Amino acid sequence: MDTDWIVLLSAGALAFSVMNYVLLDGTDLGVGVLMGLTRCGKERRAMAVTILPIWDANETWLVLGGGGLLALFPLAYAILLPALYLPFILMFLALILRAVALEFRDYAPGNRIKRVVDGLLLCGSVLAGGTQGIVLGTLVQGVPNHGGQYRGDGAEWLNLFPLFCGAVLVVGYTWFGACWLYWRTVGELHLRSSLQAKILAAVTVVLLIVLVAWTATLDTRYAQRLSDRLVWMPAMTLLVALLVGFALGFRSRRHFLPLFCALGVFILAFVLMIAALFPMIVPPQLTLQAAASSPKSQMFMLVGFAVLIPVTLIYNTYGFSVFSGKVRVNRD
Amino acid sequence: MDAFDSALMAARAQFAITISFHIVLAALSIGLANFLMVLEGLWLWRGQKIYLDVYLYWLKIFALNVAVGTASGLILEYQFGLNWSRLSTQAGDVLGPLMFYEVLAAFFLEAGFLGIMLFGMKKVGPRLHFFATCAVAMGSLISAFWILSANSWMQTPAGYSIGTDGRFMAEDWWAIIFNPSFPYRLAHMTLAAFLGTATLVAGISAWQLLRQPQNPRARLQFSMALWMIVVLAPLQIVVGDLHGQHSLKVQPLKVAAIEGSWTRPPDGAGEPLRVFAIPDMTERRNHWELAIPRVGSLYLRHDLTGTIAALDEFPPENTPPVPIVFFAFRFMVGLGLLMVGQGLTSLVLRWRHRVFTVLWMLRGCVLMAPAGFLAMLCGWVVTEVGRQPFTVYGLLRTADSLSSVSRQQVIGATWTILVFYLLIFGIGLWVLLRILREPPRNDEAGPQPTLADETGQS
Repeated sequence: MDTDWIVLLSAGALAFSVMNYVLLDGTDLGVGVLMGLTRCGKERRAMAVTILPIWDANETWLVLGGGGLLALFPLAYAILLPALYLPFILMFLALILRAVALEFRDYAPGNRIKRVVDGLLLCGSVLAGGTQGIVLGTLVQGVPNHGGQYRGDGAEWLNLFPLFCGAVLVVGYTWFGACWLYWRTVGELHLRSSLQAKILAAVTVVLLIVLVAWTATLDTRYAQRLSDRLVWMPAMTLLVALLVGFALGFRSRRHFLPLFCALGVFILAFVLMIAALFPMIVPPQLTLQAAASSPKSQMFMLVGFAVLIPVTLIYNTYGFSVFSGKVRVNRD
Repeated sequence: MDAFDSALMAARAQFAITISFHIVLAALSIGLANFLMVLEGLWLWRGQKIYLDVYLYWLKIFALNVAVGTASGLILEYQFGLNWSRLSTQAGDVLGPLMFYEVLAAFFLEAGFLGIMLFGMKKVGPRLHFFATCAVAMGSLISAFWILSANSWMQTPAGYSIGTDGRFMAEDWWAIIFNPSFPYRLAHMTLAAFLGTATLVAGISAWQLLRQPQNPRARLQFSMALWMIVVLAPLQIVVGDLHGQHSLKVQPLKVAAIEGSWTRPPDGAGEPLRVFAIPDMTERRNHWELAIPRVGSLYLRHDLTGTIAALDEFPPENTPPVPIVFFAFRFMVGLGLLMVGQGLTSLVLRWRHRVFTVLWMLRGCVLMAPAGFLAMLCGWVVTEVGRQPFTVYGLLRTADSLSSVSRQQVIGATWTILVFYLLIFGIGLWVLLRILREPPRNDEAGPQPTLADETGQS
């Protein structure tokens, strides 16, 4: 079955929302992981200050992803969520834990309790990132469904592949976090983040290559798509370019370069995933076309998306730029 | 059937728990955002620092509330798929876009300007900052618009057709968005959010005045909140009556359950007001009924003899759980009348120049602090339990809306969520009360006062 252009645009809008979430809130989650692992109170506060004004807006992309999936591809929404019942619920509880820990930490009586709160922030961040990886992994692995409803036993996500994806995403998010802190902080924290970012880069890239190879073994269609020369050659070239950019970024005065290259690597991985799945939205058989809501509903939303998302990006960027630049804290 | 029933009950309980916590946080966000907008506007207009001090004080509370509100709202965007995937398949075409527009038009506006509103005063200057506050307040109201439109569509579906596969298809977006019950619900809920915030602010200010009777900032916020109650509580009763009149037209069964009316009174006897009764679902009648004759006709039909359709005039399998609806409605109205009384009392005391000093008034206001939000929750119970056993009223049954998730998973998840919410929000409330114990100071600092200086150009 062919995929018509309204469905393609809708899929593009949805992919854009999910990817924005992964890149933006992924960075916040990574900072959360690193905060829980940092001993010095002043440094932890500096890390918190870098994300406090923006994390809420970043998380909104996840709400858009949920609303978008329901609105644009209701069948996929109705199959995926029951299949991933426990991971999703754990993810939401983890995100609530994170939000409370981050916003209330300043009211903690005493440094030891504050350390505990930051420990909870770490737990919430790891759990949220891990479950998001599990969700993506389960999707790629395939979800048994029939007649628009989920037909599995609720435990497909407990397989090795989804769990591996969870681990990859946590490591990747932490990599983003380290790059972000390299950009936004000064002094010892800045230097340590640079070292962490380089080590995490090596680990993440190895994990991602294993992940892509593993994905190819799951389904012959994936293997065919990924081994196509028009797919893997540009992908490898881009990966090398991004990694060179990442390494050189540390010599530049533009401290945002390593982060942007790291995000680029994940955009690439995300595009590869979509390339492997297309035109399916829920493997093994549900296509974008079959899962789509009516053209009338999709058009109604695409118009809003086209008008409002550029405006949103403009004022979000403005909101971000107000608090940009290096963070220098004077207290715990 | 038994096992299926308990999965259904657990799924419904899960929705009730997640939405009850979220709706209070969201309504408080709406109320506080608009309260803050007024405060900052007054500060810019009159140039008196007291408004800024009160503004920055409540901004701290707003910061904590809105963050947790966002996080608790995330799960709701996904609840429709987690537990109600058949509803999502059937009605996703209509409901999805409404929720999508809520995110696009409201949440991004709110979240995008939130950082500037909370931490950016020193960075962007007062005028742009006021713009950010207004954007957040507008965003909160727009979000109420879209989500209530989605909710109202499920109560009074319009503008749709039913496809060959039985799914609801959108036909006329204008008719869907402005479906019949939407204007009433939007007005009633927005007022409830403002009124709930007003009784809360009044209660907290009264608590602070009991400790520091002379604090001018606590007096200012107490006075503002009481004025809100004076105006909004009676208005809310008028709007509630209109909403009820409309429900009588479109959901007569719900109104019969509210009234606990199992059989229609004889001609000319009029509808009684049942002040108390214990509705019995199996015997289909009331025990211990205490009723005032004809008063029901007065508020239902605005005369002394009119009657309404009774529960026995509808198919018995469509009867909602009458006792819950019956009691929740009486709680809501009782609290509403108390709030009207609170407003009138404040007027009398104000006239005698004693509103800030009379101890019983202050204590009464402290007791009334949760009244607005309690009434709001009762109202939601009335409207949501009252439309059972349907999700899309009259068209899709709740039992046919469920996901195919195992019973153990649903029950386990529901308990986990309940315990987690009680723990987390319990701690959150405790921290909030500790902050609120101290009234706003002169030169109030606001949330993260050093943040603006700590972030800077390179």
